[in-house]
Parts: sequence; structure tokens; C-alpha cells
Amino acid sequence: MFRSVAVAPKILRLPFVALLLPLLVSGCGVNNIPTFQEQAKARWSDVQNQYQRRADLIPNLVETVRGYARQEREVLEAVTNARARATSIQVTPEMLNDPEAFKKFQEAQAQLSTALGRLLAVSERYPDLKSNQNFLALQAQLEGTENRIAVARRDYIEAVRVYNTELRTFPGVIWASTLYRSQKPMETFTVAEDVQRPPTVKF
Amino acid sequence: MARAMMRGRPGGAVWPLLLVLAFTSAALAQALTFPALTGRVVDDAGILDAATRAALTQKLAALEEKTTDQLVVATVKSLQGTSVEDYGNRLFRAWKLGQAGKNNGVLLLVAPNERKVRIEVGYGLEGTLPDAVGKLIIENGIIPRFRANDFAGGITRGVDDVIQVLTGDAEEWKRRAAQRVENSAPVVAPLAVFLLVAAILLVIWMVANYHRPPLAANRQRWGRRRDRPDVWWVPTGGSGWSSGGSWDSGGFSGGGGFSGGGGDSGGGGASGSW
Repeated sequence: MFRSVAVAPKILRLPFVALLLPLLVSGCGVNNIPTFQEQAKARWSDVQNQYQRRADLIPNLVETVRGYARQEREVLEAVTNARARATSIQVTPEMLNDPEAFKKFQEAQAQLSTALGRLLAVSERYPDLKSNQNFLALQAQLEGTENRIAVARRDYIEAVRVYNTELRTFPGVIWASTLYRSQKPMETFTVAEDVQRPPTVKF
Repeated sequence: MARAMMRGRPGGAVWPLLLVLAFTSAALAQALTFPALTGRVVDDAGILDAATRAALTQKLAALEEKTTDQLVVATVKSLQGTSVEDYGNRLFRAWKLGQAGKNNGVLLLVAPNERKVRIEVGYGLEGTLPDAVGKLIIENGIIPRFRANDFAGGITRGVDDVIQVLTGDAEEWKRRAAQRVENSAPVVAPLAVFLLVAAILLVIWMVANYHRPPLAANRQRWGRRRDRPDVWWVPTGGSGWSSGGSWDSGGFSGGGGFSGGGGDSGGGGASGSW
């Protein structure tokens, strides 16, 4: 009888511990790693969406240029091929900590940027093409898309910086080495690529 | 000695370096300074006269009254070494133009010293004011006047054109105004709280049930609980509560009775130079 009375407060205390512990633990940033990781993944889908948007614009652009500059076959083919290569390499959020896959993606997109730049440079030589309304609209869209890519990349780089920093700094490093051992640092764009400006278009 | 250390852990030296790079690039991004959002027309470069500023402000206020779209005109002395696209996007985000959730802001940025102009469009207006339309406004409405050094005329014409596009189709903007604000946060937050409370109650219930019957054997109880620590992690792991996302919510800047509504832009719009 006396014994059970003595035990009762202890049992009552347990719910409080159960209630407090999660709050204490989440105050220590136990959720930061998964949260930052999801944010970085979301930023990555933005990056991919914008690259996809660029890829979707290209066939139309190539056709328009072909209508005026049929003899530039080499340049047109280079763009078409680079686009095919770039769209064939997809990096899912799960592959973001795979340096090889990331590098391939980055290279394919950089090649497409170069090919596109050449195409736009070549089209400068054709006055009829330059005054074609469809071409002007496509050019403006492409320019806007390149800029969206730049912004999406910047946001992704920042999200990855936050995530990777959390993995290496206190208190995140504790959780990284205990609860989230499988979470690896994510790959990000190299600075040289980021500085690359969208092709400038003159009307 | 140093060489020996480097040879000892070749991979180890790379990461701190990368971290330093990441931090310095972030620091560079922070280094841009923006004029304060003192009103709908921020003439930091001083190229507009008072009458034009007042007329523009009136037009822009009328636009927001009608459509809730926030159009702001900014002229800056310098782009501080970055591109007009980059500066425009960062300025837009610093000012948070457009309503939160609708992201219906537009920034007309003029850098007379760099001879650059940009129309930066928030996410929510990318469909109404596509890049190609923005480009046309810049090339046909703004640049010819800027070439003739008529900044007031160019900016006024650009603002008129943008307003015309934004309000051109009466049915369209009525539909947009009636559209439910696509702000999911208030819906999610109560749900998360409910789930958290439910999870806590569940844990309490489990713990209480778990310990009620065997009043003897204290030792065994503690011993057994250590075998199943998962119970303790359930509410924190599942709720997704953290301080991570709080920095991007709300936030007002500027003064003078006008401020951005919390909108965002992903780099949509067009730019030009003269």
C-alpha cells in the first residue's frame, strides 16, 4: 500500500519527461539536417526545372534559325546534339552526393550553353532572322531562362552551403555522426561555372 | 613539417578550403548594398524630377489598389560590379515586392551609369508579363527615350506599358484577384501542431500503459526501455519542426508608409542596354 503511493509520483513524472524531451532535443537542432537536406533538394528541382525549360525552348529556336540560315548546319547540329546529351543526363535528388553524376550533368549543360552561345552569335549575321518576331520572342525567353537558371543555381548553392555547414559544425556534427550517418555532403556548382553569364542578346 | 601533414591527409585539406570558398562567396553576395525602399519610386540615381516622381507614385498606387500587384521603380547610382540581372533579382528579394503567396511584384530597375535597364518579374506574374513582353517594353518603349537622354519619358512609358499589360484584360485580372491566395503555410501549421500533440499524447499513453502493470522489478523496466529507444524519437523525427525555415517568412523593409508585401522572384523578366 505504502509502496504503491511512493511509486505513483515517479510514474506521473514520466509523461512530463516524454513531453519535454522532444522539445529539448529539437531545440538542439536534431531536425536541422533533414530539414536543410529537403530544402537543398527542393532548390535542386528548381535548377532542373529551369534547365528543362531551356531544353524545351531549343527545338523551336533551332527550327526558326534553320528557316533563315540553312547553311549553318554544323552549328545547328551541335546545338541539337548537345541538347540531346544534356536531357539524357538527369540527376535525381538522391544522386546529389555523387560527384561523378553531378560533374557529368554540369559538363553536359555547360556544353549546351556553349553551343547555344555559338548559335546566337551566328544568327547575328542574318538580318532577316534578327527581325523575325518569333526569333525575337524566343531569344527573349531564352535570355530569361538563362537568368532563371543563374538564380536557381545561386539558391541551390546557398541551400547546399547551409546543409553542408550543418553537417560539419556543432551541434549538427553530433547528429551527423550518430542519427544521420548516411547523410553525406551534397555536391554544388563550381564557382567558375557560376560566374558564367547568360549569352547577351543584341537587338 | 607542413608538407608531411599535407601528404598525410590529402583529402582533409580540401574541405576546409571549400568551406572557406563557400563562405567568402556568400560574404561577397552580402556585400551588395541596396537603397532603402522609401516609396514606390526610389530615385537613388537622381534622374527624375519631383513632378514625374509624384505622377509615377500615383499611377503605381492606383495599380496596387486595383490589382494588388506591386510595381516599383528604382534607379541606382551603381550596380556595384555585378550584372543588372543579378542586382535586380537581389534588390527585388531584399525589398520583397509583391504580396506574400501571390509573388505579384514587378521591379523596373534603371542603372544610368551602366546604361542598363531591367524589368524583374515576380513568380506570380511570369505568366501575365512574360519575358518576351518585357523585352518588347524595354526595346520599344524605354530604350529609344533613354537614348535621347529622356529618362523621365522612358520610365513613364515603361511604367505605362507594364500597367497596361498587367491590367489589359479586365477579365483576366478580375480572375486573378478572385483567385485564392496560394499560401499553404497557414493550412499546414495547425495540422503540424495537431500531429505533434497527437504524437505526444500517443507516447504518453504508450509509456503509461507500458509501465502500469509490472509494479515490481524496477530494474527490468529500465533495462527493457533501453532496448527500445525508438519511442523517444517518434515525435521529433516525424513532426518536421525546426527553426530552419523561419528566416524567409514575412519581413518588412523600408518605411514611409510603403513596404514590400513579402513576394519573391526567381529571375523572370527582361533586360536591355542603351
